[in-house]
Amino acid sequence: MIGENDVRYVAKLARLHLDDAEAGRMTAELAKILAHIDKIAELDISDVEPTAHVLDIVNVTRADKPRPSVPRDEALKNAPAVGEDSFQVPKMS
Amino acid sequence: MSGWEPVIGLEVHVELATQTKMFCACTVSFGDPPNLHTCPVCLAHPGALPVVNQRAVEYAVRIALALGCTVRPRNVFHRKNYFYPDLPKAYQISQYDEPLAVDGAFDYWVGDERLSCRINRVHMEEDAAKLVHSGESGRIAGSDYSLVDFNRGGTPLIEIVTEPDIASPEAAREFLNQMRNLLVELGVSQCIMEEGQIRWDANISVRPAGSTTLGVRTELKNMNSFRFLQQALESEIPRQTAILEAGGTIDQETLHFDPETGTTSSLRSKEEAHDYRYFPEPDLVPLVMDPAFVEEIRAAQPELPAARIERFVRDYGLSRYDAFVLGAQGPLARFYEAAASGADPKLTANWTMGEYLAHINAAGLEPGHGHVTPARLAALVGLVVDGVISGSAAKQVFALMAEERAEPQEIVETHGLGQISDEGALDAVVARVVADNPAQADQFRAGKEQLLGYFVGLVMKATQGRANPKLANDLVRKALGK
Repeated sequence: MIGENDVRYVAKLARLHLDDAEAGRMTAELAKILAHIDKIAELDISDVEPTAHVLDIVNVTRADKPRPSVPRDEALKNAPAVGEDSFQVPKMS
Repeated sequence: MSGWEPVIGLEVHVELATQTKMFCACTVSFGDPPNLHTCPVCLAHPGALPVVNQRAVEYAVRIALALGCTVRPRNVFHRKNYFYPDLPKAYQISQYDEPLAVDGAFDYWVGDERLSCRINRVHMEEDAAKLVHSGESGRIAGSDYSLVDFNRGGTPLIEIVTEPDIASPEAAREFLNQMRNLLVELGVSQCIMEEGQIRWDANISVRPAGSTTLGVRTELKNMNSFRFLQQALESEIPRQTAILEAGGTIDQETLHFDPETGTTSSLRSKEEAHDYRYFPEPDLVPLVMDPAFVEEIRAAQPELPAARIERFVRDYGLSRYDAFVLGAQGPLARFYEAAASGADPKLTANWTMGEYLAHINAAGLEPGHGHVTPARLAALVGLVVDGVISGSAAKQVFALMAEERAEPQEIVETHGLGQISDEGALDAVVARVVADNPAQADQFRAGKEQLLGYFVGLVMKATQGRANPKLANDLVRKALGK
């Protein structure tokens, strides 16, 4: 059974802020979702290969040939801040 | 040291020398101005889809086969989730429980001892972007921001994980040095350390000597200096031993090595342990390794350094040490073999390790570059073997050959360095030397044998060292009636 601590832990990993009411609501909703998963888990799938991808295709690759990159100005256009032709972010240790 | 032994394991990361990134067609580059090689995929724009670089898979298989791994028939990429500004998607595409290859071994030497380290796995992933922290660049020193350059982001990266089979810091260093040689030989990476093209994490624990259980380990992350790695591991052994002998316990943590003090210290421990929440990457379909594809790569593998070293011992009669010096790296090995095909292999080995290595090191040349070609070195060795020039004259010829693009034979002739092996030419010199030193000649005839060297020395001096020493000896004896 999922508890509020689990919810807060997962939220923290995902960098989501939850207030107390939200944490309570999410705990209840996630518990329902997990109960549904448990229900699905009752199926005997011992003969079924794990599905890594929904499409039944494999080996989609490309040749190692360069193609033009986007112009730097274009690349930096969506940056929150720009410095020295780079994406500028809050100081990392 | 007391009865404790270190146990070391390594994770080696190597950037592949493909033309394009792992999942997009942006050029892989080094040292270019920042953010010239980006696109929606490697900048993680919504909706952009990764596509696997076929050449990167081929290179990865080369590595796996060279390490004797089993290439797994089915490969799945996973997302490894964490937040950091060098990772724009907030996940790294990596491999988890269905990696490229497993269960190999890497053989390497420490001195004359051949060691083997088991390889746990080899998997494919993508490199992160480059972060320039405030304080690292003069211009942003003391600032309160960091800069991100996405040129490197998405570069194909291979991770090689060993079992904890390495028993000393020196062995760890040798392992990495020889692993680097192997990767360069395979042509999958230049492994330029300064560029971070090869980097590693090391984990180390200590245990009572002879024990088979593993102690709690600490980790040294993201190193790219052989020397610092060895120093860091060497400082970690007494630290852990002291704690355990005092009845304490080791914290499993990541350590930082400070080259200034030669000691390790704890990195600020994160509030929570990493929880990467791996799950299969829905944007990529599985890779199924066609056995024919794998066998084609196996058939095209170059001779690997370990095998080459063995062959040099076997075929050229070299000592293990000489074979290692000459055989560990491809360019020098190819130079030596080309030269040894035309001259005595052992003498050629001595010349290659001596004069030739000194020359290219001093001149900053790669083996095989410059005026001294394998054919010229072989010709020079031939002139010595045939007695055309003396050993000391050969060194002069070598020095001139390094400078002036000429065949050794020409140099011998132009500079008059040939050995005088003509009896007629030396007879006159010997006769004069004997005539000039009647007192010594009498003493020699009276039995003072050691004066032979005196006369031979005079002959050498008179011929600027060109007299064939053996012939000079014989002629002096003859002239003095012995």
